[in-house]
Amino acid sequence: MPNISVKINGIITSVREGVTILDACGTAGVDIPTLCYHPDLSLAGNCRMCLVEVEGWRTLAIACVTPVTPNMAVLTHSKKVRHARRTVLKLLLASHNANCSECERNKNCELQELAEKHNITNNEYQTSPKPESIEEVSPGIMRDNSRCILCTRCVRTCEELQSVAVIKPVGRSSSVTISTFMDRSLNDVPCTQCGQCVIRCPTGALFETSEIRPVWEAIENPDKFVVFQTAPAVRVGLAEALGLPIDRSTGQMVAAIRGLGVDRVLDTDFTADLTIIEEGHELISRLKGALVDNDESVALPMMTSCSPGWIKFIEHKYPELLPNVSTCKSPQQMFGALAKTYLAGKEVIDPASIVSVSVMPCTAKKFEKERPEMRDSGYKDVDYVLTTRELARMIDEAGIDFEKIEEEKFDRWMGDSTGAGVIFGATGGVMEAALRTAYEIVSGHEIPFDGLNVEPVRGMEGIKEAAITMPEKMATGFEFLAGVTLKVAVAHGLANAKILMDKVRAGEADYHFIEIMACPGGCLGGGGQPIPTSPEIRQKRTESIYAEDAALHFRKSHANPEIQLLYAEFLKEPLGQKSHELLHTHYIKRD
Amino acid sequence: MSEKKILIAAEQPIAGSALKKSLGMTSADVVFEVRESEIRGRGGAGFPTGIKWNLAGAASGSNKMVICNADEGEPGTFKDRYLIENYSLKLLEGMTIAGYAIGSSHGIIYLRAEYPYLIPVIEKAREDLIRENLLGENILGKDFNFDIEIRPGAGAYVCGEETSLIESLEGKRGVPRNKPPYPVNSGYLFRPTVVNNVETFAAVPHIILNGAEWFQDLGIGDCTGTKLFSISGDIENPGVYEMPMGSSIGELLEAAGAQDVQAVQVGGASGATITADELDRSLSFSDLPPGGSVIVFNSSRDMIDVLENFIEFFVHESCGQCTTCREGNVRLQDAVRLIRNGEISSMEELEPFFQLAEVMKIGSKCGLGQTSPNCFIDIVTKFIDLPAGKGGV
Repeated sequence: MPNISVKINGIITSVREGVTILDACGTAGVDIPTLCYHPDLSLAGNCRMCLVEVEGWRTLAIACVTPVTPNMAVLTHSKKVRHARRTVLKLLLASHNANCSECERNKNCELQELAEKHNITNNEYQTSPKPESIEEVSPGIMRDNSRCILCTRCVRTCEELQSVAVIKPVGRSSSVTISTFMDRSLNDVPCTQCGQCVIRCPTGALFETSEIRPVWEAIENPDKFVVFQTAPAVRVGLAEALGLPIDRSTGQMVAAIRGLGVDRVLDTDFTADLTIIEEGHELISRLKGALVDNDESVALPMMTSCSPGWIKFIEHKYPELLPNVSTCKSPQQMFGALAKTYLAGKEVIDPASIVSVSVMPCTAKKFEKERPEMRDSGYKDVDYVLTTRELARMIDEAGIDFEKIEEEKFDRWMGDSTGAGVIFGATGGVMEAALRTAYEIVSGHEIPFDGLNVEPVRGMEGIKEAAITMPEKMATGFEFLAGVTLKVAVAHGLANAKILMDKVRAGEADYHFIEIMACPGGCLGGGGQPIPTSPEIRQKRTESIYAEDAALHFRKSHANPEIQLLYAEFLKEPLGQKSHELLHTHYIKRD
Repeated sequence: MSEKKILIAAEQPIAGSALKKSLGMTSADVVFEVRESEIRGRGGAGFPTGIKWNLAGAASGSNKMVICNADEGEPGTFKDRYLIENYSLKLLEGMTIAGYAIGSSHGIIYLRAEYPYLIPVIEKAREDLIRENLLGENILGKDFNFDIEIRPGAGAYVCGEETSLIESLEGKRGVPRNKPPYPVNSGYLFRPTVVNNVETFAAVPHIILNGAEWFQDLGIGDCTGTKLFSISGDIENPGVYEMPMGSSIGELLEAAGAQDVQAVQVGGASGATITADELDRSLSFSDLPPGGSVIVFNSSRDMIDVLENFIEFFVHESCGQCTTCREGNVRLQDAVRLIRNGEISSMEELEPFFQLAEVMKIGSKCGLGQTSPNCFIDIVTKFIDLPAGKGGV
């Protein structure tokens, strides 16, 4: 497309033909307020916040949808525009539950921010807020339609990014609500609890089911031994959640959590490494079953099982492919099972007194920990799950100055992590970590990628593919893989997962191993991460994740000293009896 | 004025004669004739039909569509019902000519939910035309196929708006789309689509048979053709009337036998409310948009009741998608309540509501929200007696 000239507030600007007025204004350095617009989603044009005046037009134009044409003259703060924007805001506020101090999104609310920016101090229109209607049934996500402004970002997220589509506008006129089939609870529809809707909601209509209170109570109870685990992506999101620039903050995070008064601060990266060992051996064993034993019951491609949103998705939508899913529990649940067995032994603590808390970039993890099968330690393996945002709120409440706090290290036994564990937080990371370990196990050599960086599985492409040919000379016992080309695929965002699953189901995919993360960008873009999200924000978090990987001494899961100790003292061998008891699980078909 | 009647004339053209003539012309010539006639959409918005057909014909894309908007939902309109009941052959013929003109073989009639009894009427006309080889495969032996199906609506007023109608046809919620793209480029199932009103299609055979110039001469001034009006309310002879486009309201009322006129609602609830002093205003796109509905209120009517009724209608019928329409109509309803209860006692206090009405007109997504405040502005300024207020207005 050629460049054209448009006039924005009288100033001639050169932009590409066909871009929207919103983009053109961005180029010209003019800020246009938006609410229903989101860079990840299709254009709705329903909030009417971005109205601008176009010379010669009878009506105002919505900047987010309207393409520029040559010599178009746009006014962005004429009297008409200003009146329109203020009126739109007043209309939204008139029917909005503006009990801001009680809202999770207070001071991080796009409606509040725009009201402040447009100096809305009084409202001539009668206010008749919708009645509060909090749904508390679902373990991961809560809804309060009294705060909803009907921008439909959640609806578009659920449908376009996730191919789940369980929420839709229902009813008409002022009685429209965003609802589910027959107005059921999110628990009773195929919602994956991924929380992608939550991080795109401009207000507080969607938020996580908070577990801050029971966690404080556990910390304050002297009879409880509170163990925290922190997921890889939390360390690249926490600073942001506390209002600081996007950066990794592992040491500060550990110090701040310790500052809350918890007994042990440990790392989910440790069990990410453990997942790699178990899952890597599972893959090799499946390949052997298929290639050597010609066992037709072996399901390939094997698929990762770390992402609980993905697991719930496949249980609902592709139950016939459940045998393909790795039996490995997610790192969170492996950690939980070990905390109340292995760690209890090491620390000489009654497992009944352990309160196991995980900090996750995820709302689906709150659902996962409630699964009835997640009690292999004899107790509930994980008691509470906090999102990155909830941890930030606790740090704020405790008055901890995150910027000034001295960095500290994780506690021992389950606190060592490797770069391979860290990159679990980014799409392609589990695949890369698995390849780093599996290749070395079967060939005896490091994976032949510069700096161990398996670039083909990195990046924001929705579906990534790679093929790695094994050397001719293999380690003893793995000769059957000599010269075999291992085909892998990686998808993030459930809409991309669906594309891949349709191919697998149709028999059109010849992959051996597939990594799926429910959330765009992987866990760093998870539903429990700081709000807002955008491709740029996820890109920055990704860079932080890979920087953390590169900075760590150990980059391969099997090199983790504490993992080696765990096997030596407790598990004995990968896929062994103890592993099967504690670290592996099964799945169920859901309607 | 009976000589000016074409749609409700005693003599009807022989079914198929206009189609026969069209098929003897190039499709471009058919579009040209319609364009030259300067006929504008009879649904109310008044977009030039020939230009619409030309755009759809020129649009790239296969499986082009011809859709008849028979979702006659504007309060007080019943002219399309009358046309379908009595002249459905003309409608189907007009659609078929449109199909030939733009290169489409598929027509759909989106029929108002409340008109199910018209389905057998249309079906019979369709069967008759198929029997005569005027519809279906190889029409009149030519390499031209065209068939028409009927799809009943589900009762939403907003589905009279063409993009909502298309969404509804696709099985989705009936809510307006953003434009561009326009239906002529990307309409039903992303196909180039022409959507026209029943009356527009019904006029086409006459234009083809008698020529563009003849049609132009039927109107007054720059308004071409005749127009059907459904008149109801406080008059002697309610019904459907055909008048030259550009006729005055007074002429129409005289024909329908209006005695005592306090107000006339022209163009339905979303149209204009005029006083007895404005009866010389013309029914034309340059003055009072002649959608088809004319409702007369005599001096016994309390206009605040009328206003309340209209606003209630819009509050009920807004699709709820865009902020200005969904929330705006509710706030206008508040204003009416406040006036009625005496809580607003001056025009000055109404200022925020007039401002709201203006924003709705220029800021709403579709015609519904853009026109729903008309009745508020007109009735409050012309019929409600409120002092200006301290500072004046």
